[in-house]
Amino acid sequence: MAELKFTQQQEILRKAVREFVEKEVKPVAAKLDAESRFPMDIFLKMGKLGFAGVFVPGEYGGAGLGMTERAIILEELGRHAAGLAMALMTHHLGVDAILSYGTEEQKKKYLPDLAAGRKISGLAVTEPTGGSDVAGQLSTAAHEDGKWVINGRKCFITNSASAEVNVITARTGEDAKGRPAFSAFIVENTAEGFSPGREEDKVGLRGSSTGDLLMNGCSVGDASLLGGEGNGMKMALALFTKIGRTGMAAIGLGIIRACLEDGVKFAKDRVLYGKPLSKLQAIQFEIARNRIDYEAARLLTYNAVGLKEGGAGADAEIAAAKYFATEGAVRAAKRTMDLMGGYGVINEYPVGRYMRDALTTISCGGTSHIMQIIVAGQTLN
Amino acid sequence: MGGFHIVVLVKPVPDPECYDRVEIDPAAGVLARQGMPSVLNPSDRHALEEALALQERYGGRVTLVSMTPESSAETLREALAMGGDEAVVLSDRAFAGSDSLATARVLAAGIAKVLPFDLVLAGNESADGGTVHVPSQVGELLGVAHLANVIRLEVDADGSVRARTRIENGYVEVEGELPMVLGLRREVNTPRYTSLMGVLASQEKPIRVLGAEELGVDRSRVGMEGSNMRPGKMSRPSFCRKGERVKGDPEEAAARIVGILRAEGVLG
Repeated sequence: MAELKFTQQQEILRKAVREFVEKEVKPVAAKLDAESRFPMDIFLKMGKLGFAGVFVPGEYGGAGLGMTERAIILEELGRHAAGLAMALMTHHLGVDAILSYGTEEQKKKYLPDLAAGRKISGLAVTEPTGGSDVAGQLSTAAHEDGKWVINGRKCFITNSASAEVNVITARTGEDAKGRPAFSAFIVENTAEGFSPGREEDKVGLRGSSTGDLLMNGCSVGDASLLGGEGNGMKMALALFTKIGRTGMAAIGLGIIRACLEDGVKFAKDRVLYGKPLSKLQAIQFEIARNRIDYEAARLLTYNAVGLKEGGAGADAEIAAAKYFATEGAVRAAKRTMDLMGGYGVINEYPVGRYMRDALTTISCGGTSHIMQIIVAGQTLN
Repeated sequence: MGGFHIVVLVKPVPDPECYDRVEIDPAAGVLARQGMPSVLNPSDRHALEEALALQERYGGRVTLVSMTPESSAETLREALAMGGDEAVVLSDRAFAGSDSLATARVLAAGIAKVLPFDLVLAGNESADGGTVHVPSQVGELLGVAHLANVIRLEVDADGSVRARTRIENGYVEVEGELPMVLGLRREVNTPRYTSLMGVLASQEKPIRVLGAEELGVDRSRVGMEGSNMRPGKMSRPSFCRKGERVKGDPEEAAARIVGILRAEGVLG
């Protein structure tokens, strides 16, 4: 069994991403959270450096790297600004939808701008009638006069206000067994009858915008159908796993590292009873648990990403990684707040934000209950 | 191909994040670098940025030259990820312990292997040595004009140069012609971030390793042996607390303590 070891190229990439994040993102992370603001200017810079199209082949303007490199980027971003990482993660959902299921024409039309970060993307599936219950969607798309007319409301959609290229699923009929069939469409934000709706005031991950998308007689051409008629649910579920949950695991991992590193620094700096906190065994236990959660989440996440990248299904491994890393982030944030005492609940320190971000990652890409159902299902079958 | 051939001198230095782990080898009187993670010398990033900006403007070629152990080649790969076409690593046990002049001899010999050059750019000083000697010494050894403490640089397509250098109470404007060796201060520019595309491209860029033999340097003129500057005797100050136990009845003890504090100058 080989150790988890990154290549020299991946190590250089991590350093490069870390430098950018520490200089450009860390100084404004608290402000973005306070203002609940997605920073378009930083996203553009990330696009120029290749973050937005990390796994997009060079022929479509991407960096031509893979999912492990993507996870490294999200971990490093998540270390200081999980909300912005969430916006990038969701952008990748829309990008991969087009890359994996689009026609050559669609790839050439959309990917260069999306890979360069000049335009933002997103994937809109969840509706008031359910997110994890994908079949509960009520939005419809009807083929009328050579066009698709979409009606419905999507909710809790990340990048709702900023995405110019949306991938949206809607009911387009029934399958042979009479079950609802769904299709996916590429809907530009300039499409007739399309508009972003209300924006949510979230508990955490506030560096990304989240809200409704409204389709009121939204009319798009045949060229907007993505991945063939009736394949929308299959595509959405595959994207949730390959892009969504791996991404959330990496972001959770970044939050755990934030708690670990900040906890160690505080424990060494803060003097109590005449010596640093780090000399107290009770505090050492908290640091040890954070380290253990980090190591375990790191192994689960990069192993699951590597399995998927290698062509395995890895649904259970990815669900386990998402479950463990996001729940681990909540545990690590709680421990770090505990060891910091009064300072832990002062907003001058970022640990309160880590806690709110960690709590918010749980529901993104499927709750912890859903993750356990996936793991149990794979294990029992 | 138009443009200039620009040589950038780069140096891996101990990661400033790990300065609390830096130790000095008491026998040799030099930094014990073993096991220390290294990063590209911060000033050198500014030199590389200036070279890349000139390359973008005029075309040409950028070659990185570094005197460093071969084990630090990864740091050169990081520099190549930021930009540049190739790197030349000057590595030999004979170079160990070189002072700034001996280092400049090795670097000049390395530059002689990538001739012809138009411009040599270097960070003004290294984060670990900080002598600010090397750019000028390299210039002297190459027999070309040289200037340190450069805070602004303009190079025209015909090779005319205008540079502003920082002096104690202001600055001096200097005009000249290429070839030149310039030591750049950090104020000169803001280095770019390394892109993912740069990281990918760096894997294909050549890194040549040249030893004393290939460079044809006189071994008695490099390394510890060839250095005029040698570390002196080292001693560590003691950080122990001074302590004295005062015994006796409280009044006597208090009087004695006051006496000690007066003697030490703590009390007037």
